[in-house]
This record gives sequence, structure tokens and C-alpha cells, in this order.
Amino acid sequence: MAYMTLKDIDVRYDKKKQVLKGLNLEVKEGELVSLLGPSGCGKTTTLRVVAGFIEPESGVFSLDGEDLTKIPVHKRNFGIVFQSYALFPHLNVYDNVAFGLKMRKLDKQQIDQKVKNILEVCGLSEFEKRFPQQMSGGQRQRVALARALVIEPKLLLLDEPLSNLDAKLRINMRMEIKRIQKKLGITTLFVTHDQEECFSISDKVAVMNQGVIEQFDTPENIYQRPETEFVARFIGFENFLTLNREGNVYKTQAGTVFTVESDRNGDSLAGTIRPEDIRIAGESEDRNVLTGTVGVRTFLGKSYQYEVLTAEGKFLVSRPAEEVYEEGSTIRLYLPESKLILVNK
Amino acid sequence: MRKNKMLTVFAVLVFGFLILPLIIITVTAFGKGSAITFPIESFSVKWFVKVFTTKSFRISFLTSLEIAMLATVIALLVGIPAAYALARSGLKGKNLIKSVFLSPTIVPGIVIGFVLYQFLVLTLRVPVFMGLLAGHFMVTLPYVIRVVGSSLEQFDFSTEEAAWSLGCGKLRAFFRVVLPNITSGISAAFMLAFINSFNNIPVSMFLSGPGVSTFPATLMNYIEYNYDPTVSAVSVLLMAVTVLMMVIVDKTLGIAALAK
Ligand SMILES: Nc1ncnc2c1ncn2[C@@H]1O[C@H](COP(=O)(O)OP(=O)(O)OP(=O)(O)O)[C@@H](O)[C@H]1O
Ligand SMILES: [Mg+2]
Repeated sequence: MAYMTLKDIDVRYDKKKQVLKGLNLEVKEGELVSLLGPSGCGKTTTLRVVAGFIEPESGVFSLDGEDLTKIPVHKRNFGIVFQSYALFPHLNVYDNVAFGLKMRKLDKQQIDQKVKNILEVCGLSEFEKRFPQQMSGGQRQRVALARALVIEPKLLLLDEPLSNLDAKLRINMRMEIKRIQKKLGITTLFVTHDQEECFSISDKVAVMNQGVIEQFDTPENIYQRPETEFVARFIGFENFLTLNREGNVYKTQAGTVFTVESDRNGDSLAGTIRPEDIRIAGESEDRNVLTGTVGVRTFLGKSYQYEVLTAEGKFLVSRPAEEVYEEGSTIRLYLPESKLILVNK
Repeated sequence: MRKNKMLTVFAVLVFGFLILPLIIITVTAFGKGSAITFPIESFSVKWFVKVFTTKSFRISFLTSLEIAMLATVIALLVGIPAAYALARSGLKGKNLIKSVFLSPTIVPGIVIGFVLYQFLVLTLRVPVFMGLLAGHFMVTLPYVIRVVGSSLEQFDFSTEEAAWSLGCGKLRAFFRVVLPNITSGISAAFMLAFINSFNNIPVSMFLSGPGVSTFPATLMNYIEYNYDPTVSAVSVLLMAVTVLMMVIVDKTLGIAALAK
């Protein structure tokens, strides 16, 4: 059963450009769902619609069966963590976290107990009296999280909360977020454009492109079985070749024969494969083989990446550093049928 | 090294040029003779005593304080919401509106004084005190919008959104989150507005009327017929109020708030 639903959401800024185009999304209770996509695709806008900062032109946002589309922000009871954290500079950590509870007119003791408790959970107990300006990025981020969580929100919304942190802290913090989220069982929307972050933290991932969701699936499926060319490109499938179905096999324009394990419906299909999944063909292989000339070689540490020019266009191929091919030599590439994925163009 | 010396000399010259007249005026205010002389022959505070025993000066001093205070407070009450609305809205004509609000600082005071005289005194026959207050409000409002506006430019509006999301209504969030974070701007606006109103001559000259006049306007009238150290004493008092205000700002916020 869907807990949170976005149905046919349209958003336009300044009556001109349509930013969200009939967006649909369903999230189950307790799930952590990431919105992933290139800059400007509408992730923040989607989150702001859910939060209530933007009223969509049309469409319905509902939570737990209740239509909230027209309910103002302050009556929604959602916890929001902003990219800039948006802590109140004039209040110390304790008062920042207590703010939402004071708005709810809880009595002093209750507030104190809840604040102390969440500060403990977020590892901030010793910072109660500090002001935001006196804290590091990671600490501020935890204060922002504590402030959003203490009101026991029905939904937690995070807009690139980790983008201001250094690499190591990011990894710690995302584990921390996941741990707290699971512990409290709180339904969460997480915006990011960092794939690794997104895959490691999410139960489900919604890949967005120009105001629509292209694919909504588990991280594993998105990574291994992208459905569209856009999604495939976005998550690192660099090589594409147009394929036409002919019986049980697929043929390129030039007539090369390919077989694939997975299947897909649709008229306009492309085969796609990651550079590291392409092998060098042995003598016996005659299907799924492309012959090409080695072009530019780039050293990547563990491996070399080659540009290989074939009849089907340019292919990127990663090979272990021990195996070296000289520029201008001819090689035969083998695209294993288990790794060659069909996508809709 | 040489360059630095030159710079120092230059700075001292400029500073001296600015401060010397003020020192001379201050010194002459303490002279005993009935003509303004420098240096003074003997010390006395009788001209200050005269200022406060002369009814027109005493009353106009209080009037000026009252007008400056009222005009500033009203300007804050109007200007802060206006500055907030300007900063918040994504209006296209935002910059145009900003310049309109700033126009009274660009248009010469004498023009504003004359226009208000025509409009308020001659046409609408507004009571003198009200007319003066309206004039001073107009003079001070642009400062408030300008200074509070620049303070709002530093303000992170996502903190306001955070407050909403925590269950705080819009009006309440304005008082609980926006205002506390622009206090330095508001105090700076208060000082600038107050000082400008208190020292204003052109608008006051036009709008003063029978029995109601501001301190600087009374001084101007006095100078027309008299030229004794009372004039210096009044000038010193005007400076004193200004300096006092500056000291208060400095003590509460640091003078940097004014430069912002
Ligand atoms: N207030 C606004 N007024 C006009 N256009 C806007 C506004 N906010 C966003 N846009 C436009 O809407 C589109 C989507 O913006 P959005 O902020 O949702 O993107 P995003 O996916 O969050 O991108 P990023 O990863 O860069 O944060 C962009 O083209 C952006 O230029
Ligand atoms: Mg964004």
C-alpha cells in the first residue's frame, strides 16, 4: 500500500517553463526513497511540492490516504533538512531543536525530555549550548537532522543534506542517516545527484529526467537493469548500439548478430554495456562480437580505458592494467549476453 | 615606506580639515564675550545656560527629539515590512520600486520641503506638528528601507522556511526568526533615521509654523538676527546628540553596522 502519493503533478515557474510534467510517485511506509537525476531536472522542486512550499498547478499530493495538496507548510508536520541546514543563527543547539516542540505548545518537561533524547540519538549531547556558527559542517548537519526529527514528523525530506561535507564525513553521515531513519521507521525522501550515496542509502531510487520519473526501482535493478537510454547513460553505461529484433536474435544496421539474456518490449531498442563488462573475444566466439581499431588510451590506475572505433561507432572499453593494446592495433570486442542490456531509446 | 608616510600625511590633512571646524565651534561655545571669537579669552558655560533658558530653544529641542523619535518609529513600522516584502518577492519591477523608495535621498530636501508645504500645509491644512512629522517620516523612510533591506539580503530565507516546516505560522515566523536576525540592521536604521531627522533643516524650515519649530530651524531663525556664541552652543548640542547616538550604536552593535 502506498503511504505517500504524488499523482500527475504539474509545476511551472513564472507561468512559462514547465518544470514538473505529470510526475507520479508512490512511496511505502517506512521506505527511504531517493530522487536521483542531473542538475535542473526538478528534484528540489518535487521535494518543495511535497513540503508545501510550492502549490502544484495541477495534481494531487496525498499522505496516508489524505489529500494534503492545499494544506499549508506549517500544518503538514514534515521534517525538512535543507542543503544549507538553515539552522536559526540566533538560537543555540538546544533551542534550535526545541523550536518545533515549542510551536506545539508542549510543556517544558516534555520538551526537555524529547530534546535531550534526540540530541543523544544524534550524538550531540555535549553541544547543547553551542551556537550554529561555532560548529563544524557535520555537527550542524546533525543538528538540522535532530531538529527535523524531534517533532516526530510524518515524512522526512532531505535536500542534498551531505553536499557540504568532505568525502569521509559524507560516508559516515549517510550511514548515520540510514541508521536513524530505520530505527525510527520514518518514511523519507532523499534528494541527491551522487549515485554512490543514493545507491548505498536507498530502499528505492527514482531517476528523474526533465520533470518526469524515468525509472522507479530498487538500487540493484537500477544499477543492473536500466530501462531507458537516459537512465543507462546516467549510471555509467557508456556504450550504445541500435538493435533490431529478428526472431530470437538482434541485428545491428550493419548486420552483426547479437543475443541478449534479458528481454524488453518496444520498437526502438538499444543495447548497452558498461566499459568494464566488455571482454576481448576468443577464437571461438562469433556472436556478440565487434571488431575495431584502438584509439586514445587513458590510464585509470587499476585499468586502462580505450576508445575503440568500430563499425557501430565509438566504444569505451576498460581493461586491466597488465593487458596493454597499442594505439592503431585491431581488436575484437566480446559483449557477453548477460551484460548486454536492452533499453528503450 | 615613503608611500606610507605620504598616505599618513594625507589622511591627517583630510581628517584635520573635517574635524577642525567642529573643534573651533566647540571652543567658541565656551567663550565669555558676546561675540564669537577664537581663541576664547575666558571660559564660561553661560551660552549653554542661555540655550536652555530661552523658551524657543528649549521647546524646539524637545520638539525635535519628539519628532525624530516618532518619525523614526513610524518609519520603522512601515519600512521593515516594506523591505521584507521587497526582499521576499520575485517581482520584476523590484529594482524600480527600490529606487522609488530611495528617491527622497536623491531629490534635494528643499524640493521635498516645498512640495510637502504646498500639499500638506496649503492644500490640506494639516496641523503644523502633523505636517512636520509627515515630512520627517518621508525623510527617514528611505534610510530604513535601504538599511533593513541590505540586512535582509544577508538573511538566509531558508531558515524562515525551516520555521514554517516546524509548525510556525508565517506571521509568527517573521517575529520569531526573521526579526531576531536583522536586529543589527534595524538598530542601524534607527540611528541613521533618527540622526537625519534630528539634524534636518530644509524640510523643517518649510513645515515649521507658529509655535512649532525644530531645533535646527530655530537656530537658523536665530542666526538671522543674532550672532553670538548661543549659535555655537546649539551646534555643539546638535553634535552631542548625534555623537551620543553613535556611541550607543557602537556600544550595542559596533560602528560597522552603520557602514553595512
Ligand atoms: N524559483 C524558480 N524560478 C524559476 N525557475 C526555477 C526556480 N527554481 C527552479 N527553477 C528551474 O526549475 C528547474 C528545476 O529546478 P530544481 O531546483 O528542481 O532542480 P534540481 O533537480 O534540484 O537541480 P540541482 O541538482 O541543481 O539542485 C530548473 O531548470 C530551474 O532553473
Ligand atoms: Mg536541487
